[in-house]
This record gives sequence, structure tokens and C-alpha cells, in this order.
Amino acid sequence: MLALITALTAAVWAVYRLRARRSIATATQRATYDVLHTAGLAADPLRTGLSRTSAAKAIRHLRGLVGAQGLALTDPDEILALDGRGNHHSAQVLAAARRAIAQNRSTVLGSAELPCDRVDCPVRGAVVAPLTGPDGTVPGALVAIADDEPAPGLVQATLETARWAGAQLALAELDSSREQLARAEVRALRAQISPHFVYNALSAIASFVRTDPERARELILEFAEFTRYSFRAHGEFTTLAEELRSIDRYLTIERARFGDRLQVRLQIAPEVLPVGLPFLCLQPLVENAVRHGLSRKPGVGMVSIEARDAGAECHITVEDDGVGMDPAVLVAGVGDAASDNGDDSGQHVGLSNVDERLRSVFGDQFGLVVETGLGAGTRVSMRVPKFHPAVRARL
Amino acid sequence: MDNPYVVPAIVAVTLATVAIGFYGLRLARTTSDFLVASRTVSPTWNAAAIGGEYLSAASFLGIAGLILKYGVDVLWYPVGFAAGYLALLLFVAAPLRRSGAFTLPDFCEVRLHSRRLRKLATAFVVFIGWLYLVPQLQGAGLTLSTVTGAPYFLGALLVGAVVTANVALGGMRAITFVQAFQYWLKLTALAVPAMFLILHWQADGRPQVAAADGLTFPRDTVVVVEDRAVLTLPDGSSREVTPGEELSFSAGDQVPKVSSVDASNGLDWLLPGDESGDRGLFATYSLILATFLGTMGLPHVLVRFYTNPDGSAARRTTLVVLALVGLFYLLPTLYGVLGRVYTPQLLLTGRTDAVVLLLPGEAVGSGVLGQLLAALVAAGAFAAFLSSSSGLLTSVAGVISTDVLAHASDRGPGQRGSVRDFRVAAMVAGIVPVALALNVASLDVSQVVGLAFAVAASSFCPLLVLGIWWRGLTDAGAAAGVLAGGGAAVGAVLITVVGPPLSGWPATLVAQPAAWTVPLAFAVMVAVSMATRRRTPADVSTTMLRLHAPESLRL
Repeated sequence: MLALITALTAAVWAVYRLRARRSIATATQRATYDVLHTAGLAADPLRTGLSRTSAAKAIRHLRGLVGAQGLALTDPDEILALDGRGNHHSAQVLAAARRAIAQNRSTVLGSAELPCDRVDCPVRGAVVAPLTGPDGTVPGALVAIADDEPAPGLVQATLETARWAGAQLALAELDSSREQLARAEVRALRAQISPHFVYNALSAIASFVRTDPERARELILEFAEFTRYSFRAHGEFTTLAEELRSIDRYLTIERARFGDRLQVRLQIAPEVLPVGLPFLCLQPLVENAVRHGLSRKPGVGMVSIEARDAGAECHITVEDDGVGMDPAVLVAGVGDAASDNGDDSGQHVGLSNVDERLRSVFGDQFGLVVETGLGAGTRVSMRVPKFHPAVRARL
Repeated sequence: MDNPYVVPAIVAVTLATVAIGFYGLRLARTTSDFLVASRTVSPTWNAAAIGGEYLSAASFLGIAGLILKYGVDVLWYPVGFAAGYLALLLFVAAPLRRSGAFTLPDFCEVRLHSRRLRKLATAFVVFIGWLYLVPQLQGAGLTLSTVTGAPYFLGALLVGAVVTANVALGGMRAITFVQAFQYWLKLTALAVPAMFLILHWQADGRPQVAAADGLTFPRDTVVVVEDRAVLTLPDGSSREVTPGEELSFSAGDQVPKVSSVDASNGLDWLLPGDESGDRGLFATYSLILATFLGTMGLPHVLVRFYTNPDGSAARRTTLVVLALVGLFYLLPTLYGVLGRVYTPQLLLTGRTDAVVLLLPGEAVGSGVLGQLLAALVAAGAFAAFLSSSSGLLTSVAGVISTDVLAHASDRGPGQRGSVRDFRVAAMVAGIVPVALALNVASLDVSQVVGLAFAVAASSFCPLLVLGIWWRGLTDAGAAAGVLAGGGAAVGAVLITVVGPPLSGWPATLVAQPAAWTVPLAFAVMVAVSMATRRRTPADVSTTMLRLHAPESLRL
């Protein structure tokens, strides 16, 4: 009975797959599909950059594209992977590849250039094509090995495949430079917070040194811990708990400056404390709220921080009851971060930086939502998924 | 049964639960003190919450009913339900927490980077969730019909609707403190009446629970016949009864045997093993495997581990869960045993799942005390299926909204659903089990839960154990193993629920499939992984380091 059900399911699945295949009608379409499919399979590993692992994964698919007896992928130092025939010619292949990489020229080797003392050696020729990476650099070469003098068709195919693989490597480079950019932005943000805050904090602490030395000492320790967290060198991600701890230190120092004028209200669901989120993505929002809610307003200002558990997500809002701002100005500021309109510019850069980093990590629908109006306070909210493959909270 | 306290007690429990979820703790935790606000959930609280979510209608009602019927053989149910946490503690708890995964599909993605495997895991999470929800709703229908006399379908429908609406509208989210409260409520609701029951039993002169010459009615009893059956009277004669007939027995009469109710008696009840010999032994081993290994595959239990701040806290939590759950399971056993003495008429009607609800009233008497105790038990039962079904529904709706709806609306992979998606998902996730619960009224609550455990044990247990402890696992191997083992278990469930009645070995293999589906899943997973060694993820060493290195190393 059970076997029957299993067999039936398998049969239905097989028929479904066959039908899906058959919908590709003509031979040309079929060929196009096959080439694109193989290229897609080879693209995945190549997009991680050129290494032994990625080469080993890509080489089989690349050989399918070129259609050669053997195919080798090399970098200037060694043969990264070799699929098919020609293993015993690797020294000659590597030498030819080095020449091709150095001169950035493709060459065709005949049997005269590939001497061999093995009687049954099938290798008669090879096509060496350099991979052209970004900015005209040559990260490696593709060597197609033939059992005959290389035909023009093989030369064409090798050159085109090399060009395509080079483009994929360029994309890999692009990916990694995008990550570097994101890291650079975090560094920029660190550099940005400090000047205002460091000055204000130190002046506030200075005012306690004579009147209340014990408190001044505590504040300096808090300040030290705060800077240690903000300037920490490792890790792009942190947990909500750690980010809140740092915000606590920040607010302790700000309280020393504002006294009872600064009121804080917290509502944190303990379930979401372990959620991983980009490093320093909450603290700029709190800094904005303090600056906005208090600095340019008389009387008491209230900052509330809320983190709620929402199924597979965590919803965080930071709210102040300060002067608010004109949404139009905010939109302009976010759109053009470089615009320098006085005191507000730092704030816009802070918000848009957080917004961009959230989007780049979690996807476009996870950007910041800012609700504000002149005199109406500001409310900034974000959604953070509890799990995202890109987040490595501890690494 | 006229008990003026039952309905108010049930309403009070429901309202208290919903109200705490909506307002109470939200206000209580609004503070200006960071130390208070950012205090993580302690292992004790988290363990109580896991207990609250885990102890379902099957534990609260079902186990006592099974023990009343079958005796010592089914003690493996409570033992296995508790011991499952031992397997979880030993093999899974800490590494799973360190992986950062929130759900089982998340774990597949962390470990094997396969979106297809993720989809497969999602399908199994949804199936297990539904299968586990059905007995909860069944229990709800049973409770309402026992204590208020309403028809079975009304109760299941009503509770299904309440829980679905509640989850969809964002009440009863997985709030730790609400679920912890539910655990203590359930424990109290069983423990307090149990004390009175024991005192009463002592005062009665400790009547035998497994008298060799059969059970006797403790008082004059009238039983209304619901189905056609054949009674075997103590003097050896038999008699056919028809629906609507009223049978009256006076105190001291022996309880007749009913053809439509399968139950053990006398020494048979007291001793392990039954007349079916090898098959009985196989079924017992199957049950042990399913419950020991199935706990780690239950979706609503695993999401709770995310709340732990780190791996060692996850371990400590599991240890406390073991203690709390183990403590709880002493009580239903006691109810089942005492039910032999005070509610033997349930063996006539076959509705043994109601024993916990009826026992306080029957034993202590229909005075105010008896009524209050009965109301307490009914409230506890309500808490049991409110909390477990909310937890289950939240998990199922969570994976549906993130893995099914998010893709259906074509927003690309890895992107999470919105609030609206979650509501739609909660409706879908709620309607299916309600429909199922209306059609399987005849199955024992604990047996359906046992099947859910068997599916979990044959799909997610191998995936988690091999994924955490064996570097060689590949995505193809994992998928094949889950499909083979889990698919076989699902097939067994479908045959049990909708298929024709079987007898002999096929019946045993299908009713308790774990003993062959779990080894099958492990074997297929290992074999296919060995055959597809090329597909081992490139970062397996990094992942393994992350799963197993203690956080204090700060790697």
C-alpha cells in the first residue's frame, strides 16, 4: 500500500518533469536552453571569485560549454582545476597559461609545442585564452585541450567562454566591493557620531569632576565602554541586547548633561533580545531622537524605545516628542545625503546610512519608516527578521 | 452534568490569557530602567513557557484516558513525551541555538544552503503542525461536550475559531510569560484535585485499581448507549444493546465488557505486554522511538529556543523543562489509575479521554467542593489546548507567511512577509485542522499526537542529528532522507486516518511506524549523502565550528 503510494507519487512527479522538459519545442530552443542552463550552473561558483574550490565546481560546466576533450582553469601561480584529458601535460599547460596571462593574448598550441613521451597520448593541441577581469587585469586563463590540431570552432568557443567567465569574475569583484563599501559606511558612521558626542560628553563629565568625583568616575567608565563598543573592529552584526546596552551607556551620559529634562521610556519584549542586526543601526536613531526631542526644545523631552515580537520578525520603533521636521526636507536629505544644510545634515546622513545598510542586508522592504511633521515629534521604525542567512551575529 | 462553576472558570481562563497577552505584560514591562528592560528571559521562565506550550490536550486529557483503558503498557507515552527533551538536550539544544536559526527551515538554510530543502522542510513543518493541531481541537470539542453537553463539532469549531482569530489579530503571540503562566495553571489544575482524590481514595479504604475479578461500579450508575454493541456480562452471558437504550447498574455491580471498546482488564492491565506478542513489543519500541526523537522536530517547541541568549542557556532551559514536564506527567497517570475505581462507566462508552474532567466530580461528590474541583480541571484543560494550539498555529502561520506567501507574491527569496501575510497565513493554518478535527472524532487524542511525533521523528530528527553531528551530510542526502522517512510516516498517518481498517502486522506497522521509518530516514540520508559527496557545502567546517564552539570563546 505504502509502496504503491510512493510509486504513484514518483510517477506523477516524473511525468510532470518530462512534460516541463517537452514544452521546450524545437531543437534550437533546446540547445539554447541547455547552454544557458550550463552557463547558469557555472556562474554560481564563479560569482564567489577565482579559487581552487570555485574552479573545481565550475570546471565541469565550463568544459560542457567549450566542448573540448579537456579543460583547465589556471591563475598565474598554479592550475586551479583540470577536467577531462591532459593531466600529464599540466606543466606545459601552466607555462603556456602564464605566458598568455602575462601578455594578455590568447594562443593556440600545436602538437609540436606539446611534446609527450607517452605513446598513447591523445593530446595534440590546446587553446589558451586569458580571462579578462575588471579594469583590464588578468586573474587567470582558460586552457582547452584537443585531441587534434585545434579547429576554428574550438578556438571561438574557448575565447567566448573565457570572455564570459571573465565577466562573471568581474561581477564577483563587484559583489565584494559592494561589501567593502558597506563596511566603509559603518566606519564612516563611527567617525561621524563621535565629534558632537565626544565633545558634549566630555564637557558634561567635566562639570562633575569637582562637585561629584564619584559620579564623574562612573561616567568616564561608561564613556570608555561606549567607545569600546562603537569603535570595535570586528563583526558587521550585533545583537539587539548588545546594541541596547550601548544605548544605555549613551543615555547615561546624555542624562548627565540634560538631567531630568531627558525622560526615557522602554518597552522591550525579552524574546527579541537575541535578534541579530547590523552593528550600530539603532544607536544613530536614538541619538537623533535625543537631539531632536530635546536640543531645540524647551522643557522635558521624552524618548521611547520599543521592540516588539512579531512572529518571525522583530519590530523596533524609536520615538521622540520633539520639534519634528518637515517631511519634504527629510526626503530631500535622504535623497541627497551630501547636501549640507547646517546642523541637520548629519542627521540625514545618519538615517539614510542606517536605511541603506538595512536594505542591503535584509532586502528592500526592510528599510526605515520615518513618520514626522513639524511640531509633531518623530517616529522611526524598522523591521528586523529573526533569522536571515546573511546575519552572523557573532562572526 | 450541571456545574455552575465550569463555564465561568473556562471564560475566566480564556479572558485572562487573552488580556495578559494584549495588555498586562506590555504595561508591566514599560520602564525607564535598561537593566530591567533588557534582561533576557531566564532559563526557568523559558522552560515554564516551553512546558506551557508543550503540555497539550493530549497530555492533559489523553494520557489519563489511555491509562484507564490499557494500563501499564501506555505508560511509555508520558515517559516518552518527557524523555524527548533528554534527546533534545543531548543532541540538539545548544548547537541549534548557536546556529541562529529561528525555525527548522532556517536551520536547513544555515547548514546546507539549499532553498529546495528549505521548501521541503516547510512542507513538513506545516504538516506536523496541522497533525498536532487536530487532537487539540478534538480535545476542545470533547471538553465542551463533556462539561456543557454541547455537541462535539460545536466545541471544536468554536475553539478553532477563537484561537485562529486570536493569532491572526496578534493576541497570544508567543509571549513567554503568558505561556509560563499557562504551565503553572495546568499543573495546579491537575495537582490540587489530585490531592483531594488521593485523600478520598485513602478514606474509602484504598479500593483495588486492578481487581482480578474485574471492576465494580462504585455507586448507582446509568449509562446511555450511543452505538450498537455487544455487552459481555460478568456471568458470561452476552447481550446486544442499541443506541438510545439506558442501562442501569447499582453500586457493587461488575462492569461488563463492551465489544466496541478495546480495553485491558485485571492482570492484563497491570502487566506490560499483551496478547499480540511480538507485534505489541514492536509497537512499544516504535512508540519509544517516536516520542524520544519526535520532540526535537516539533515546530512550536524549537522556536522557543531562539529566546535563549546562548547555547548553554538553551541547555539549562532544556534541563529545567525535563524537570517541569516530568513533574507534570505524574498527575495524568494518577487520574487514569483512580479512574478505574471511580469512573468505570467510561470503559463502557469508550470516551475515556474525559476521565480527567469527570473524575473529581465522581469521586469527591457533587457538593460544592466537587464542583469547584471539576471547574478547576476544566479550566486547566482549556488552558492546555488554548496555549498549545496558539503556539502551534503561530509557528505554522509563521512558516506559511515567510516561505509560501512571500514567494507566491514574488518578492524574491529570503524576504519576509508582512503583517497582512501573517494574518492570511493564520486563517489558512487554522481552517485546515478544524476541518480535519470534525472528521476524526473516533481516534484517541494521544494516538493522533503519537502519529505527529512519528512524522517529526522520521523527518526532522535525522536532519537535525546528522546536520549537527556529521560533516558529510549533503542537501541531496537530507532531502532524500526526509522524503523517504518522513514520506513513509506521512503515508502511514494518511492510511490510519482515511484508509481501510487493517489487521495483523500491517496494522501495527501503520499505527506505530516510527521503528521502521526512523532507521529508514537515517539510512537513506547517510547513503545518499555518501553518494553525493561532491555536494558537501564548502563552508561545512565554518558552520560546524559555529554550531559547536561555546560562545564564551568569542570566535
